[in-house]
Amino acid sequence: MSLLQIKNLSVEFGSDKNPFRAVEGLDLTVDQGEIVGIVGESGSGKSVTMMAMMGLLEGQGRIVADKLQFDGKNLLTISARERRKIVGKDISMIFQDPMTALNPSFTVGYQIMEVLKLHQGLRGAALKARALELMEMVEIPAAASRLSAYPHQLSGGMSQRVAIAMAIACNPKLLIADEPTTALDVTIQAQIMELLVSLQQSQNMALILITHDLAVVAEVAQRLAVMYAGQVAEMGQVPDIFRHPSHPYTEALLKSIPEHSKGAHRLSTLPGIVPGQYDRPSGCLLSPRCPYVQERCRAERPALTAQRQGAVRCHFPLYDKES
Amino acid sequence: MFSFILRRLGLLLPTFFGITLITFGLIRLIPGDPVEVMVGERTLDPQMHADAMHRLGLDKPIYLQYVDYLHNLATGHLGESLVTKDSVWKEFTTLFPATLELAVMAMLFAAVFGLLAGVIAAIKRGSIFDHGVMGLALTGFSMPIFWWGLILIMFFSVKLGWTPVSGRLDLAFDIAPRTGFMLIDAWLAEAADPSLNAGAFKDALKHLILPAIVLGTIPLAVIARMTRSSMLEVLREDYVRTARAKGLSPARVIFIHTLRNAMIPVLTVMGLQVGTLMGGAVLTETIFSWPGIGKWLIDAISRRDYPVVQNGILMVATLVILVNFIVDILYGIANPRIRHAK
Repeated sequence: MSLLQIKNLSVEFGSDKNPFRAVEGLDLTVDQGEIVGIVGESGSGKSVTMMAMMGLLEGQGRIVADKLQFDGKNLLTISARERRKIVGKDISMIFQDPMTALNPSFTVGYQIMEVLKLHQGLRGAALKARALELMEMVEIPAAASRLSAYPHQLSGGMSQRVAIAMAIACNPKLLIADEPTTALDVTIQAQIMELLVSLQQSQNMALILITHDLAVVAEVAQRLAVMYAGQVAEMGQVPDIFRHPSHPYTEALLKSIPEHSKGAHRLSTLPGIVPGQYDRPSGCLLSPRCPYVQERCRAERPALTAQRQGAVRCHFPLYDKES
Repeated sequence: MFSFILRRLGLLLPTFFGITLITFGLIRLIPGDPVEVMVGERTLDPQMHADAMHRLGLDKPIYLQYVDYLHNLATGHLGESLVTKDSVWKEFTTLFPATLELAVMAMLFAAVFGLLAGVIAAIKRGSIFDHGVMGLALTGFSMPIFWWGLILIMFFSVKLGWTPVSGRLDLAFDIAPRTGFMLIDAWLAEAADPSLNAGAFKDALKHLILPAIVLGTIPLAVIARMTRSSMLEVLREDYVRTARAKGLSPARVIFIHTLRNAMIPVLTVMGLQVGTLMGGAVLTETIFSWPGIGKWLIDAISRRDYPVVQNGILMVATLVILVNFIVDILYGIANPRIRHAK
């Protein structure tokens, strides 16, 4: 059985009369110990999906799903109190901007120890020793003295390491990294990614990597979900998708990686933007931007259909077994 | 931290200087002089008036009087009241506990209810509670203190008879002033001799409650509004989301992770409210015949008791400055980013 199973998840914001679906009919499964990449441009619903799953939307969004199950527990019917026993312990999350993700009023040590006290009941010397151990696990130099440092005294990279230490404190089964390197310097980005992957392997965690950096996904992830306008456009094994993208949107994303357009005069781009609340086309959501668009695409919304070891949401997938 | 305190102390000197100049000037701008006021309706012989002014040193040119005043201050002489001949320092220290007791209760009332109302309004943003609290806060902030005091007296003291109209304690009790704080003194007296002073503490509390509410109303409104807006700002911060993602209870997220940061601007506002409190004490003490600094100063002004007005106000101002200074230090403790600033 998969560690995380999401079936037909929708998240709506706004009033009942005028709802906006940030996520629509999303399916996703994650197995223990695997790395799944979720890719898509800004506003495609990547983060919202994960926040909804963790119960972090705080009553702002309405969540509907056929199934939302983690480690055998139904997250749809679970009480807030029960959910808090899972969140931060078995599922934890790292956010995009480490400089604002830590509370400026408390020392780094306090913020790490807070999780350990809450979920593992550690106290006294054992608590401090574990916090120190975590700081060393995320390779923070002079860890002992950094425990009493405040977040503003740390660099962005160091802060992200602290955030990672906090997230892995209780040996979670699932770690969600929401664009963990976007706000960091290029040189630090690689180090943080390496750290995450090595921790994922040593702790045998599942890792969901939310990013818009396809190069990172190609390097570390086994499976990939490409999201567009709140829906999964395509999902499958990383090698399959990178060799033969099936969805026109995936193809466009791959073409826009600078390394892929060597020799080309101009970087390939997909014109247009993700449709917003009021300008959703009646057919395929990509139809106004799709280079291969046909009559049927404008009229009828495609469903997610199984293909290879994944699925694609397109009437005319680019990769076809028969062809 | 030490250099932080030193720097702040250095800024105090010019402030003191300004206060002496203002109080010295303002009291002399009011028509009439102490001798005229003392004599009152009776006709005054010009020669006697001149003699009396000379005795008081008020016939010297005004700049010399100011220099004398500064000289006395610098050597630690606060002078004597022109009316009672008691030293200003002694009068101040005798009366101050009454004002302090009132101010502390008012601030306590304002802080507890202001913070609570602000936090709940922020969490339930847009709800009826939020709109209600903010509407009431605006009303409270705009209310003239003397009118509000009279309304409360009319309703609670005259109509319902729940609280006494004025003073600090019923005359039936005989309580030796030990600390000067009536609540403590009454409690001590009651404990020492339960038969004689039974119910003294309750009576002192009853006397204190209305003036404290009146004096605390404006600070309450200011604190509630500031807490709400500051909480709303901090609730949007990423680190609050991080706190929730840790699985912390909503109470811990609100009161530890959010309020701690939201308190920083609220603390500053609270410190500034001490000034309002001292100004409000003058009105409140007059309405409730509360024997404190406020009533003392009002009486001194109407008697043109120059030394009392000048030095009384100077001491009150010093106190306000000191409290703000302490708030600055607390601010540094609440906000590590300031504490570590070089």
